[in-house]
Amino acid sequence: MAIEPVIFYFFATILVAASVAVITVPNSVHAVLFLVLAFFTSAGLWLLLEAEFLAITLVLVYVGAVMVLFLFVVMMLDINFEPTREGFIKNLPIGILVALIMVVEIILVVWPNFGLDTHGAPIPHGADYSNTKELGSVLYTVYLYAFELAAAILLLAIVAAIMLTLRRRPNNKYQDPGQQVLARKADRLRIVKMQSSPKSGNGAES
Amino acid sequence: MISLSHFLVLGAILFCLSVAGIFLNRKNVIILLMSIELMLLAVNMNFVAFSHFHGDIAGQIFVFFILTVAAAEAAIGLAILITLFRNRRTINVGELDNLSG
Amino acid sequence: MDKVYLILALSPLVGAIIAGLFGKKIGRAGAHWATIISVAISFVLSLFVFNHIVLNDAPTYNATVYQWLLSDAINFEVGFLVDELTATMLIVVTFVSLMVHIYTIGYMHDDPGYQRFFSYISLFTFSMLMLVMANNFMQLFFGWEAVGLVSYLLIGFWYKKPTAIYANLKAFLVNRVGDFGFLLGIAAVLMYFGSLDYAEVFAGAADHAETTIAIFPGIEWSLITVICILLFVGAMGKSAQVPLHVWLPDSMEGPTPISALIHAATMVTAGIFMVSRMSPLFEWSETALSVVLVIGAITALFMAFLGLIQNDIKRVIAYSTLSQLGYMTVALGVSAYSAAMFHLMTHAFFKALLFLAAGSVIIAMHHEQDMRKMGGLRKYMPITYWTALIGSLALMGIPPFAGFFSKDTIIEAVGASTIAGSDFAYFAVVAGVFVTAFYSMRLLFLTFHGKPRMDEHTLHHVKESPKVVTVPLILLAIPSVLAGWIALSGMPFGDYFGNSIVVFDQHNSLAIAKEMHGGEPWHFLTHGIMTLPFWLVIAAIVTAWVFYIAKPEIAGIIADRFSGIYRVLSDAYGIDRLYYAVFAKGSQLLGRGFSSVGDARLIDGMMVNGAANSVGRFSSVVRRLQTGFLYHYAFAMIVGLLVLIGWFVLAR
Repeated sequence: MAIEPVIFYFFATILVAASVAVITVPNSVHAVLFLVLAFFTSAGLWLLLEAEFLAITLVLVYVGAVMVLFLFVVMMLDINFEPTREGFIKNLPIGILVALIMVVEIILVVWPNFGLDTHGAPIPHGADYSNTKELGSVLYTVYLYAFELAAAILLLAIVAAIMLTLRRRPNNKYQDPGQQVLARKADRLRIVKMQSSPKSGNGAES
Repeated sequence: MISLSHFLVLGAILFCLSVAGIFLNRKNVIILLMSIELMLLAVNMNFVAFSHFHGDIAGQIFVFFILTVAAAEAAIGLAILITLFRNRRTINVGELDNLSG
Repeated sequence: MDKVYLILALSPLVGAIIAGLFGKKIGRAGAHWATIISVAISFVLSLFVFNHIVLNDAPTYNATVYQWLLSDAINFEVGFLVDELTATMLIVVTFVSLMVHIYTIGYMHDDPGYQRFFSYISLFTFSMLMLVMANNFMQLFFGWEAVGLVSYLLIGFWYKKPTAIYANLKAFLVNRVGDFGFLLGIAAVLMYFGSLDYAEVFAGAADHAETTIAIFPGIEWSLITVICILLFVGAMGKSAQVPLHVWLPDSMEGPTPISALIHAATMVTAGIFMVSRMSPLFEWSETALSVVLVIGAITALFMAFLGLIQNDIKRVIAYSTLSQLGYMTVALGVSAYSAAMFHLMTHAFFKALLFLAAGSVIIAMHHEQDMRKMGGLRKYMPITYWTALIGSLALMGIPPFAGFFSKDTIIEAVGASTIAGSDFAYFAVVAGVFVTAFYSMRLLFLTFHGKPRMDEHTLHHVKESPKVVTVPLILLAIPSVLAGWIALSGMPFGDYFGNSIVVFDQHNSLAIAKEMHGGEPWHFLTHGIMTLPFWLVIAAIVTAWVFYIAKPEIAGIIADRFSGIYRVLSDAYGIDRLYYAVFAKGSQLLGRGFSSVGDARLIDGMMVNGAANSVGRFSSVVRRLQTGFLYHYAFAMIVGLLVLIGWFVLAR
């Protein structure tokens, strides 16, 4: 018996279980943690599919950044989760029903059409195959513009997120770079003509 | 032997679970956002599986971009969430009915 | 020759523009000189063309002057077709028009709209010339509508007079009915012949002789018959045939020169001219000819009856015109096109003469038109009297005046014809002769003979009209006497019209008439005084003399005795009332119905407010969908997805 089915079913079971937990646990912090588990197991499955770069990216970027962000937000906001749970039981049957119908429908389509007879196992790559190199060679040639766009989207997300959450408190002091640049000598410097004080005598009075 | 169908069915199950998640936790914006992340994961799963079984790297490129956009979406979504909470002192979707006709 | 025709047609237009647009600058004299010179140019050129085409036997001129537009291989162009028919019409139109222009100087002397009037009548002359010179249906239609327009303007010339406005509206509307048929006819020609050019259409007529079309499903009609009848409907409007005649008597509200020019000599003859021009089409349809014949016969007789009881001097002549147009139409119906044109020509002269003479009387009477207030004018207005007498004798058909020849030719042709309805038509035209003679004499007796019945003041001022009025009378009197004698052997019985008129042998009633009675004036005359119509005229003259001179009280007694008939006649058979009740009231009713149901309820109520209301009602329901809750929208999205996937799965 090959090792792959064992790995697949192992990870798949954990993935499904973690997903179920994400949508059912009452505590949002727990939900985030279960989501992290789901991402980890997905990364494992992707390794099985020889997508090493994406698997690592998923763990580093998603788990390391996005999920931590979620966790951070959930913990930062002091939220009372009790009211958000209402209707959970009431919605359970219909939720299960919709999910079941959908899954049955999709499986009806997917299961008979994508078996090994139509989509056979791919030729395994050699030991010197580098998924990262392969991906990069395409990404920076064929998909260069899309890549640039993705960068622009990320920049946009950064700017948008900062703008959305930025808050000006009236009591805080801020720098205004625009005002600083516009400053002229006349605004800041005032030359005063004054009597030069006598060298001797009691100048301490003036 | 594990076939393409196995991965696709797994993706379908994940997808439907996230749909059910949207149904069940419809008052909690954070869970909703997480369900969407889960949904994207299901789609990514399909892409990677297709890429592998067809020997076409384009599928993985696609996943790459989806991850990028999903990260951006998560960032903005959470930013909106924070602003919302700051203004309304709640994230209960049931109380957010300003658009009611 | 191109230039000659172009100048001939455009010269009155130039005159009209000068008088119309610069009337204030050039003054009254300037206006009448500009227009008279322009029409005189046309008249001289007409004589030249007549000499060229008819006397010197030049070939028919048929050419395009200007291509207006080309659409889907159909040419819309301006072109001239000048043959014997056109040349004759040119003479008639420009001569009468010139006379009327001169006469107008006297008649409209004190009118504030002097320049405007001259502009209109010149414009009318231009329109009429375009109509008769057309070589295609489009230009014919242009001329047709243009004369209608100018007629409208001129009937309502005194636009402050409510009856005139009513009359010109009526003329316009009634003509629209006819024009609609005319337009349909032209459309049918264009549809089946693919061309508007006369020559091409006439050449194609034989190919379409057997073509039938189904206007109502299941009923096949001959194409040519349908086209001809539709075209004739147009002629019925323009030439005032029953039942579209109602506008002509009312059009007498316009100034008298107009009545002479438009409603006696030119525009109303456009229909006759058109049918003659279309003879190559009409000959193919005996049905259409019968329709023409019967309509003409009805008009000839029954409109003459109405002339008997009118008291307005112009209205008598108007009904007389209707009746004479009926005679021409009858001639068309029996394929005696050349006889119709012959009568058209002589009638144009003597009827214009009669109208102008009546106008002269009206001037003398200070615009009094009621014959009961005239009488005994003979010794005050000798020239007017004698010319009116000549006109009346010509109208009655006393040899050797022009009307005798033309009218007798028509009667003989009808008698010789065998087409359906010719027996009735023969009776109508012969009986019409008696009636015509009677009312003509009545007009003469009431106006010029007997004792003066006007008040002292008017009588004191009655005098002969000035020269600008009497000279045209005299000039018109000359052809009224001579035209018949001169033209008889050539026009109806000879080969005058050449190829411009087509008559099939089996319809050729004129040839039979010629065989029976001869085509020479002297022969015709001696034969004519032996026949019934002549003696009917004599009888009518005697009767009229008894009624109105010898024993004037008889007329009143008869009117009382036959008051029923009298009422019917003075009501003009009630046709006006019928039209008013049916069409005017009907369309008012229809309009009110549309306004209250269609507009107020359907458009405003249902469509405008209804749309708004239904949107409001719909959205008051739909707004419940818009809860503002995110999860409801998400739910809708997911259900949609579910359905789409389900459809995808099941449809495979």
